[in-house]
Amino acid sequence: MVSSSKEIKDELFSRKLRKYGNERGAVIPLLQAAQEIYSYVPKEVISMISEATKIPQSSIYGVVTFYKQFRLKPVGKHIIKVCQGTACHVNGANEIMKAVEEHLNVKEDENTDDGLFTLQSVACLGCCSLSPAVMIDDETYGKLTPDSIRGILDSYRKNEGEKK
Amino acid sequence: MKTVLVGMATCGISAGAEKVWNHLLKLVEEKNLWSEVKLEKTGCIGMCYKEPLVEVRHDDGSKTIYGEVDVEKAAKIFELDVLKGKTVEDLVVYDYGKKGEADLFSKQKRIVLRNCGIINPEDIDDYIDKGGYTALEKALFDYTPEQVIEEVTISGLRGRGGGGFPTGKKWMFTKMSPGEKKYVICNADEGDPGAFMDRSVLESDPHSVLEGMLICAYAVGAQEGYIYVRAEYPRAIERLKKAISDATERGYLGNNILKSSFNFSLKIKEGAGAFVCGEETALIASIEGKRGMPRVRPPFPAVSGLWGKPTNINNVETFANIPWIITNGALKFASMGTEKSKGTKVFALAGKIERSGLIEVPMGLTINEIIYDIAGGIKNGKKLKAVQMGGPSGGCIPAELCDTPIDYEEIVKTGAIMGSGGMIVMDEETCMVDVAKFFLSFTQKESCGKCTFCRIGTKRMLEILTRITEGRGEEEDIPKLYELAEKIKSASLCGLGQTAPNPVLTTLKYFLDEYKAHIYDKKCPAKVCPALVKYVIDPDKCIGCTICAKKCPVGAISGAPKKVHVIDSEKCISCGKCMEVCPKDAVYKE
Ligand SMILES: Cc1cc2nc3c(=O)[nH]c(=O)nc-3n(C[C@H](O)[C@H](O)[C@H](O)COP(=O)(O)O)c2cc1C
Ligand code: FES
Repeated sequence: MVSSSKEIKDELFSRKLRKYGNERGAVIPLLQAAQEIYSYVPKEVISMISEATKIPQSSIYGVVTFYKQFRLKPVGKHIIKVCQGTACHVNGANEIMKAVEEHLNVKEDENTDDGLFTLQSVACLGCCSLSPAVMIDDETYGKLTPDSIRGILDSYRKNEGEKK
Repeated sequence: MKTVLVGMATCGISAGAEKVWNHLLKLVEEKNLWSEVKLEKTGCIGMCYKEPLVEVRHDDGSKTIYGEVDVEKAAKIFELDVLKGKTVEDLVVYDYGKKGEADLFSKQKRIVLRNCGIINPEDIDDYIDKGGYTALEKALFDYTPEQVIEEVTISGLRGRGGGGFPTGKKWMFTKMSPGEKKYVICNADEGDPGAFMDRSVLESDPHSVLEGMLICAYAVGAQEGYIYVRAEYPRAIERLKKAISDATERGYLGNNILKSSFNFSLKIKEGAGAFVCGEETALIASIEGKRGMPRVRPPFPAVSGLWGKPTNINNVETFANIPWIITNGALKFASMGTEKSKGTKVFALAGKIERSGLIEVPMGLTINEIIYDIAGGIKNGKKLKAVQMGGPSGGCIPAELCDTPIDYEEIVKTGAIMGSGGMIVMDEETCMVDVAKFFLSFTQKESCGKCTFCRIGTKRMLEILTRITEGRGEEEDIPKLYELAEKIKSASLCGLGQTAPNPVLTTLKYFLDEYKAHIYDKKCPAKVCPALVKYVIDPDKCIGCTICAKKCPVGAISGAPKKVHVIDSEKCISCGKCMEVCPKDAVYKE
């Protein structure tokens, strides 16, 4: 099971590599594609990109570590991004962060033990008028209180439970 | 035919607009009303504090916007207004006849936001119906490239990305640079925390940005362009992709545009989460696939930019102004605003105000007019303390200076900057030392590390600020902060470092007492800094429910059931849990 899904992912990425590999400035879009496919940037991908683009691996590592978007480790199923922007800060982002940390027993940039969530912070989600805000995967939640974010997290857990 | 519009920008969706949309869809489907009712998605009209918004338009031209709509209210609006033409008075937030939230709009002048919340951003015909792409036609067939630049120069438009550099002049530099191949880039990185103007425009009216870029490309002689968008804006990226493909299909993009000899193609590049990539030279490095490090200028991008070719970079809002200027004439644009700041400016209002959202006002309006007349004043009847403008490069303008007009030079006089348009309003419950620390920790994290003063200097400043907020401030801290600020400003390579000390400098200038209270009295007057506030239980209000004692993570609260509880301040870690859980509001900060 696991191996076949990995094969599919590898094939998907190889296709991207064939499509963009020779284009100038392709490194970042390729890394973004890899992360979308694998949910993080695996080591092999870096050597594959290096081979295709003739850019040394060290430079590609330089790029990976420079941008906040890229991760070198696998992540949980859902990524929670707690906004730490100005509006959210003024309206209580710290309490929201604390509530998530306590509720899931996880620290920033870590995964929960059940592998369900990864906790991150972001500079600003651009939903400042609804601050404090949190983004889970591609969904944004606004006007949060510690209570409401706990409820939202529970609903994700519940959904997962039902799927099982 | 009746039209029902649902605001579906990110702000609307996160407030629940999708559920409302699905419900309306179901209602139309169930009753098979497709011939009578047209359902449309629209962008953000700026009334973010009343989202989700639903607008009902009737054939006689009457239009009503309803706010804070949920599924139940949507059903009611559908039943009464859409089907029977009866306005649901108690849910109206704006009816264009100057009812409801009319104040929000009365002092606005919408040029950049002309179509936002009005058209369907995913339908190119909606944009064309509003006069879209006629400015491109006019530019291509009635004007020479020089005349386009002349028009933009006369309009007095200045870059809306923060610096305020004259747009016409910038275009002229790129045009004059020798070279066959040139680029136009739209900076949609929107890195300033607390700003969401560019996101709203991209999500609500993407074609206006494309049209502005096309006109620019024609004027400067570019054949290729990039839009650099931050990855945190998935919806904006999606709509831009659709807009590009629709515009290409209609012949507004690609080769021989509108059958002329002008060719222009556009690509989207997703940012990868680095604030410094909003800086022009760093942004170019990032598009080239490298670490987004700024470099020394000159040469300016206008001379040597992307892949070493002449490149013109403008902000989203700058481009969105262009079609209006070409259509309505430079003089009409220049007739608005102040002597040196023409036209309008979009602001993202957030913080402790009644109405947060997106507004566009003529230059010259004062900050107070924005806060009180448009934004409805401070939330919960509290007092205005300061307004933060210009993000991490800007500063805090104290309440007593809020009569300052919106004008690049006037705002600089206060120590803040116009910036890209984030306006965060703060009341007495905001600690200014904490705010300074917040911005410093932001720039410190975002420094690319290339220059020593920016990398290490901001770190030292942050350490001092942290110490002060933790009650370990020392006498020499304030002079030390000044000294570091001076050096970081003068020794940094790019705007990030050069402006990083600004939030600290403005708070020191206007709120020195607050710094002193932290350092000498070990008190946080706004009761924000955890180490300097004490949690106390009001014995008159406490009913002895024991919830706080159970929830306290360090066991600092004692008391028997039905008896008054007390907090042991020695043990207390000021986490605020007790205050959060108390059902009687008996816990307060001292
Ligand atoms: C650290 C830093 C970050 C910046 N971030 C942005 C940004 O997110 N968006 C933007 O339009 N301009 C940003 N700028 C300003 C740009 O460098 C540039 O001045 C602007 O894109 C020019 O466009 P305009 O003339 O239309 O304002 C930033 C500048 C610096 C120094
Ligand atoms: S500050 Fe949190 S969304 Fe902008």
